[in-house]
Amino acid sequence: MNRIDKLFQNKKERILNVYFTAGYPQLNDTTTILEALETSGADLIEIGIPYSDPIADGPTIQESNGVALDNGMTLKVLFNQLKGIRDKVSVPIVLMGYVNPIVQYGMENFCAKCEEVGVDAVILPDLPMFEYLEIYKPMFEKHGLYNIFLITPQTSEARIKQIDDNSNGFIYMVSSASTTGAKTSISVDQSDYFARVKNMNLKNPTLIGFGISNAETFDKACENANGAIIGSAFIKAISEEGNLKEKISGFVRSVIG
Amino acid sequence: MKIQVDERGYYGNFGGAFIPEMLYPNIEELRENYEQIVQAPDFQKQFNHLLRDFVGRPTPLYLAERLSEKYGAEIYLKREDLCHTGAHKVNNTVGQILLAQKLGKQKIIAETGAGQHGVATATVCALMGIECIVYMGEVDMARQKPNVERMRILGAEVRPAKSGSKTLKDATNEAMRHWINNPTDTHYIIGSVVGPHPYPEMVARFQSVISKEIKTQLLEKKGKENPDYVIACVGGGSNAAGAFYHYYNEEDVKLVAVEAAGLGNHTGESAATTVLGKPGILHGSKTLLMQTEDGQVVEPYSISAGLDYPGIGPVHAHLFETGRAKFYSVTDEEAMKAGVLLSRTEGIIPAVESAHAFAALNQMTFNPSDVVVINLSGRGDKDLETYIKWGKY
Ligand SMILES: Cc1ncc(COP(=O)(O)O)c(C=O)c1O
Repeated sequence: MNRIDKLFQNKKERILNVYFTAGYPQLNDTTTILEALETSGADLIEIGIPYSDPIADGPTIQESNGVALDNGMTLKVLFNQLKGIRDKVSVPIVLMGYVNPIVQYGMENFCAKCEEVGVDAVILPDLPMFEYLEIYKPMFEKHGLYNIFLITPQTSEARIKQIDDNSNGFIYMVSSASTTGAKTSISVDQSDYFARVKNMNLKNPTLIGFGISNAETFDKACENANGAIIGSAFIKAISEEGNLKEKISGFVRSVIG
Repeated sequence: MKIQVDERGYYGNFGGAFIPEMLYPNIEELRENYEQIVQAPDFQKQFNHLLRDFVGRPTPLYLAERLSEKYGAEIYLKREDLCHTGAHKVNNTVGQILLAQKLGKQKIIAETGAGQHGVATATVCALMGIECIVYMGEVDMARQKPNVERMRILGAEVRPAKSGSKTLKDATNEAMRHWINNPTDTHYIIGSVVGPHPYPEMVARFQSVISKEIKTQLLEKKGKENPDYVIACVGGGSNAAGAFYHYYNEEDVKLVAVEAAGLGNHTGESAATTVLGKPGILHGSKTLLMQTEDGQVVEPYSISAGLDYPGIGPVHAHLFETGRAKFYSVTDEEAMKAGVLLSRTEGIIPAVESAHAFAALNQMTFNPSDVVVINLSGRGDKDLETYIKWGKY
């Protein structure tokens, strides 16, 4: 059974998914961050594969991508770092990245490697559903890998339905029309959107992301979905001076109490 | 084999719409509506009226006699340099601003490299009284200062793209991010035949007026519509797509695309995508792309800001892969020399981008009876500083 399904079977609310960029702040911080996040109480961890042109990301994640690339992070390096990670970390791991580096690595190879090291799902925001269904889906299925899709306040109900039908794991609800890291407080518009999605009774759980940065926004998101995803705010927290593990546990505590 | 786009936005193996879900409704709105809007008689009427009275079309097809003598062929210049604002870019912005109005959009964003597309966008926004924001790489803002000020005079806001290499690629990233953040009231006027479907085909269609006119004008002058060669420079490839469009499927016409080789293709300072690129995905389409082994986009280099782009439009990747077009690349030095040669033989100072097309003549051999059309995509006014800095004239 995919670790994500197991997670949602055991826990239906206040699920905390934390994103970090592989290779940031230092090239070899990956396992330290994964272990510290799990110990601190993250339920699910999203590892960003850095890319030169991350168009769906705001300044904070853009910068972390740039630093990670300068540090020498590549998919090959990342998979090497993740070798044996399942001896140390048991929460579901999701890789998030743009499609070009993965296509260059080879999608089939990529899926096989994910299975080998114990990655449970991927999020590829610029991979169209059509391409996924036509070309890549069999490779994902062969390696037990889930493909997580995004929906936004502008996504039509018909399309949300289609995405739900073709998804496993969870659906990533982008909180507002924005790139990552936007400052949002939950507004009336968003409440309508959250309610609309809730009423659709999707087969997949939902996690809200983009603009979730602290306890207040996390709580608000959790009222409207099974949990939330924090990215930019976490990157900012680990960019500050100090001991990495302590910064991580401090941050997670500040969000989930 | 016919060169045409399929309903998924593919030209053979290249194209598509690789966009994050946040842009899906915008792209879908365009895809569903643009053909119908563009084909409607009232749109055509307005478009043709503006092309004639505002842009100054048809642009002349000029027999360059002294250049013809030098290269031993009959060489015609398609004078896009005489378009209002100084380049072919305005053909597309006129079309897209009318489209944006029909879609009910109140704001326009654009990216620009050399500033020509930015100026052409700022111009049509001024014409229509629509708010305009142009993203431009910080590096390009410094090397194309006059165009920055032209945009500002026209009332546009020029926003520096400070991410990545601070050039055209990054300006495009920033424009896309802006669009993600403002999906409902804003139209993004992309300046070349790049981006997610339907942009490449849409921009090519607006630019196809170039080859449509060439056909009519050659028929008048030569009694036949088809030349032996059509030559154009390729950055993203909009002037080339426009000049090739009505010849894509006329096999007797040789299509010649010219890329920028910068300091030389093997110096690490080039923008010749078909030489250095591999299939990849950038700015929403699958195309040929300059990238590292790990799939990170590589910074191109060219003396010409308008050709300084790590990809090419998907249609050009297809023309290259199928051999329908022959691709040449020319260095900064060769292009600058060709620019001066054109200035001295015909009294026309070309844009540095366009000068690349002329430099390719040195790599080709002709029969005296060959009819050659070169698309002179823009004038050199914006490049005076580049010519002066180069200095060898
Ligand atoms: C005069 C001129 N020619 C050519 C280009 C390159 O663009 P494209 O390849 O889309 O025609 C530019 C771009 O700025 C330009 O200003």
